[in-house]
Amino acid sequence: MEIVQLSIDNKKVVVEKGTTILEAAKNIGVDIPTLCHMKLHDMNIENKPGGCRVCVVEVEGRRNLAPACKTECTEGMDIQTHSVRVVNARRTVMELILSDHPFECLVCAKSGDCELQTMAQNLGIREVRYQGEKNSYKSDESPAIVREMEKCIMCRRCETACNEVQTVGVLSAVNRGFESVVAPAFEMDLDHSACTFCGQCVAVCPTGALTERDSSAKVMDAIVDPKKTVIVQTAPAVRAALGEEFGMEAGTLVTGKMVSALRKLGFDHVFDTDFAADLTIMEEGTELLGRLGKHLAGDKDVKLPILTSCCPGWVNFFEHQFPDMIDIPSTAKSPQQMFGAIAKTYFADQLKQKREDVVVVSVMPCLAKKYECARDEFKVDGDPDVNLSISTRELAQMIRNANLNFEALEEDDFDQPLGESTGAAVIFGTTGGVIEAAVRTAYEVHTKKPLPKLDFEELRGFEGIRSATIDFDGLPINIGIAHGLGNARKLLEDIRAGKSQFHAIEIMACPGGCIGGGGQPYHHGDVEVLKKRQHAIYEEDKGKVLRKSHENPFVQKLYSEFLGEPCGHKSHELLHTHYYDKKKKIEI
Amino acid sequence: MADIKLPAGKVEELKEVCKKLGNEGGELINALHAAQELFGYLPAEVQELVANEMNVSVAHVYGVVTFYSFFSMIPKGEHPISICMGTACYVRGAEKVLDEFKRHLDVKVGETTPDGKFSISCLRCVGACGLAPVVTVGDKVYGRVAAEDVKGILEEYK
Repeated sequence: MEIVQLSIDNKKVVVEKGTTILEAAKNIGVDIPTLCHMKLHDMNIENKPGGCRVCVVEVEGRRNLAPACKTECTEGMDIQTHSVRVVNARRTVMELILSDHPFECLVCAKSGDCELQTMAQNLGIREVRYQGEKNSYKSDESPAIVREMEKCIMCRRCETACNEVQTVGVLSAVNRGFESVVAPAFEMDLDHSACTFCGQCVAVCPTGALTERDSSAKVMDAIVDPKKTVIVQTAPAVRAALGEEFGMEAGTLVTGKMVSALRKLGFDHVFDTDFAADLTIMEEGTELLGRLGKHLAGDKDVKLPILTSCCPGWVNFFEHQFPDMIDIPSTAKSPQQMFGAIAKTYFADQLKQKREDVVVVSVMPCLAKKYECARDEFKVDGDPDVNLSISTRELAQMIRNANLNFEALEEDDFDQPLGESTGAAVIFGTTGGVIEAAVRTAYEVHTKKPLPKLDFEELRGFEGIRSATIDFDGLPINIGIAHGLGNARKLLEDIRAGKSQFHAIEIMACPGGCIGGGGQPYHHGDVEVLKKRQHAIYEEDKGKVLRKSHENPFVQKLYSEFLGEPCGHKSHELLHTHYYDKKKKIEI
Repeated sequence: MADIKLPAGKVEELKEVCKKLGNEGGELINALHAAQELFGYLPAEVQELVANEMNVSVAHVYGVVTFYSFFSMIPKGEHPISICMGTACYVRGAEKVLDEFKRHLDVKVGETTPDGKFSISCLRCVGACGLAPVVTVGDKVYGRVAAEDVKGILEEYK
């Protein structure tokens, strides 16, 4: 290892050759401000186009200022990170960026959580001396993601997320010079592209250029409509992150306060998507055992591995990018959609209400869920099973709108019957959770013996691709896990090439799984936040009395009273779906 | 984006070119050159084809096409008119000549007349500075063009 010695703000530093000034400074606790730079440590991905020039520093003997994020340390460098020249340059740079940025902070969705705004504040920008033309673009009409490219500062983080992390390849810098903008091909709206709506571009955008389509006003309209019964379901990952929006430490579980807040907001029934996650395990687990049984019996046509299908970003991904493999994923609907299907049949019947008078709202860590609930196959005579999906951030905004003191709220319990869930359902919120939940149930159903232990540490963690072999009482089951679509692509390519040894694979579109979803509170690239959320999820699982989906008494009741058996006729009708080949065809 | 059908023969030819280039993203610009040569321009469908063949995203292809002024998404006219705006031509009144073409044809630079007959583009130096200002129509070169000559040049192709 070659080392170099240098001085930063008159402090001696020794670093490995190849280290950037930015990193070297961080090592000794000197924080150089950045805007376009983004480093996702655990994914080995770094966005450093050196475009914004906010991180410039003064290097003794160098004529111009050096961008710290891109400049490597060399022997004997003498660096000043906040000299008058540096600070003045940063202020000028900031003013130039702002000269082509709308002054809409007061009404911008990102206000208060905007890195550009924070930077302007920190640099004390009180006027912009540069006046000139401002760009304007048509807004994107996609159902999940709003693109307001006037607010784009060309940091290219969204491109890195879309192309390198997710390998979806929908966003690119197009045009040239002043006209350049990040856009899908032919500058079409996202829903005319292969966009999965995973929302990772939104998660990394430092400004208000990329945000979610806000449905909270429509939710309030439904709540105040006296003819409507409004049901809410909350995804597992929401409870592990919502507190952050109210200044609580990352990883604080706020399940009870969240239920309490939803009740105060006026929802008629506060239920849990976790109930439907248990139901998903019943269906998906049964499907896995069914396929496995056929495979072991020598059936050559049976498709293995089975892939999980609860993540709508992932579903969009394989429909667009791997249409030749659409018969491999489980046909089980996602928990959100299973919940909607049961709420608008079984539960609406119990209420003696018509399905059109029941409004199902979901609170999701996800933006792809907005797209999923609008899919035609999830509607009955035009009425969607899930009417509206809002993100964790939108729920937080609704709580703020109502001026509820979130931290002081008492802890409440979900309503029944669709609020009961097991620990297996909670862990759906993190990478590895769905497959662990499936293993807990499939093991006991297959072996007819109780599990010796419930915590499958071998399935947990943060590695992008993980694998483990679980012993089903003499039958070794090979399990694969991928999170982040770039990792998913690698596993899929192995399957396509006939190289995959797995029986079952769990895939989540977002890094970390749902805890890192595109609808979660912004973590600004801090992966530690995701780890804390993951820890919270496993804590909630540990604290549950019931930790296996098949032990959920209300799920058992649902089967005995209404559905019959898992993967039976009624289940197929209500809880399973099919996929479409969405790859664009070129006409010849 | 209007869907157009691509002629099968040219599609095969382009696929062949892409194959020779190793179906590899690093050769994208060469593939686009070949595609524009074959089809005359780069409509969305051709860009999608190139993206498929070169294993890059369509967004990336579109990004490259819109970055370089050489690439065009508008079909060139039957008689493509290029006006040299290089220094020598420019100082000898090329802009006036250009304006005259634009006025007569009622299209802007980079556009094609609705009947598909003429398109206008600008270029930088054809290496005939002695003949400045220079205009080319297809392969034919016109030297020492004045604004008054424009009408006559167009007449030749009507």
